[in-house]
Amino acid sequence: MVSDGAALTREAVLTALEAVKDPEIPTVSVVDLGLIYEVRVKGDEVEVDFAPTFVGCPALHVMEREIVERIQALGARRVQVRRVYRPPWTADRMNERARQALRELGIAPPRPVPAEITLAAFEKLPCPFCGSTDTRMENLFGPTSCRALFYCNTCQQPFEAFKPL
Amino acid sequence: MASPSPKPNETVALPDPLREAVGQLLLAMADDEVLLGHRDSEWVGHAPILEADIAMASIAQDEIGHAVLWYSLLQELGWPDPDRMAYFRDPPEFRNATLVELPKGDWAFTIVRQFLFDFAEKVRLEALMASAWTPLAEAAAKVRREETYHLMHSRAWVLRLGDATEESHRRMQAALEQAWPHALGLFEPAPGEILRVEAGIQPPEAELRARWEAEVRPILEAASLRIPEAEPVYGGRHGRHTEHLDALLADFQMVARSGLGETW
Repeated sequence: MVSDGAALTREAVLTALEAVKDPEIPTVSVVDLGLIYEVRVKGDEVEVDFAPTFVGCPALHVMEREIVERIQALGARRVQVRRVYRPPWTADRMNERARQALRELGIAPPRPVPAEITLAAFEKLPCPFCGSTDTRMENLFGPTSCRALFYCNTCQQPFEAFKPL
Repeated sequence: MASPSPKPNETVALPDPLREAVGQLLLAMADDEVLLGHRDSEWVGHAPILEADIAMASIAQDEIGHAVLWYSLLQELGWPDPDRMAYFRDPPEFRNATLVELPKGDWAFTIVRQFLFDFAEKVRLEALMASAWTPLAEAAAKVRREETYHLMHSRAWVLRLGDATEESHRRMQAALEQAWPHALGLFEPAPGEILRVEAGIQPPEAELRARWEAEVRPILEAASLRIPEAEPVYGGRHGRHTEHLDALLADFQMVARSGLGETW
């Protein structure tokens, strides 16, 4: 089925991409994470500038494939997803909707990212379950490249945090 | 493995022989990362504590991801695709420093090697962020941010194990004696260095080595470790390796070369 060509606009593409989720954070879209830097529509050809969170993230290919499929469903004949590194993606690009969705999954969103990331960025991080800042970082590394492991001393729950990057 | 593309309106074209010279640098960087990533992955399921196991899995994934990025830039310059580069070359075609092909050894060796490598990568990436070749400068800036976590991790372990117990100190010192000459080999100039330096692609390797020593020496000393006086082990950047690379590649390339097909 070919959609009406008129549907293929930058705005329509961005709306369609709201449905593309990070498979490892399945309630947060690539748009809310701030991974989509630019969308260019030329006739029935679309180019998307896509920034990885971590370069080695195994979910990148899944997201890129889904971006292509969603845009093709709008009637695009050719879709190209370009990986871009400038400016490097940082956690500051996440919007409030993404942050709230992370909290609901039990993942603490990052605070504003300092120019130089040090261990101070991991102190007193609010617990996504109870909000307490009496927390401690247990491991800089977690189940995915972008997450670290924490423990809340108040509600005695382990939790994950999205790393500042 | 998919390849990142250059951004629109950005020329990637490099005239020969500079294209070849930049390719040799990327090859060295990519081969270092893919093989160290493989060595790190050998700890999965075997690390001394669960947290360390998770850390090594994550670091392995990062290093291999960075290798794909450097191989993808190589592909833009006309080399084969990343999978072919990683899985279908033989030992003499690899341009990694010998440091990364050595067996994983004990936990002390793994930590010392990772520490020496992470800081070498740090000074290299920081220099390349000013590279005249934009795709390399942009990728270096991206990878440098991620490396922050590796640096925190390996520095903390070196400081902890350097003088924790008699045994930890003995093992760390032995690891340093073994790793140091091979780590110096990270700064063996890949072919074409003069062309790269003249074109503003990178500073001389000797300069990177000096910056690296200025970073690692104080940390090793703070960990009560004695820095060996040793000549560098060179050869890796010209395809001359230890016998350990054969065994590593036999394992690393086995599935891809099995003829069963390349899709999972």
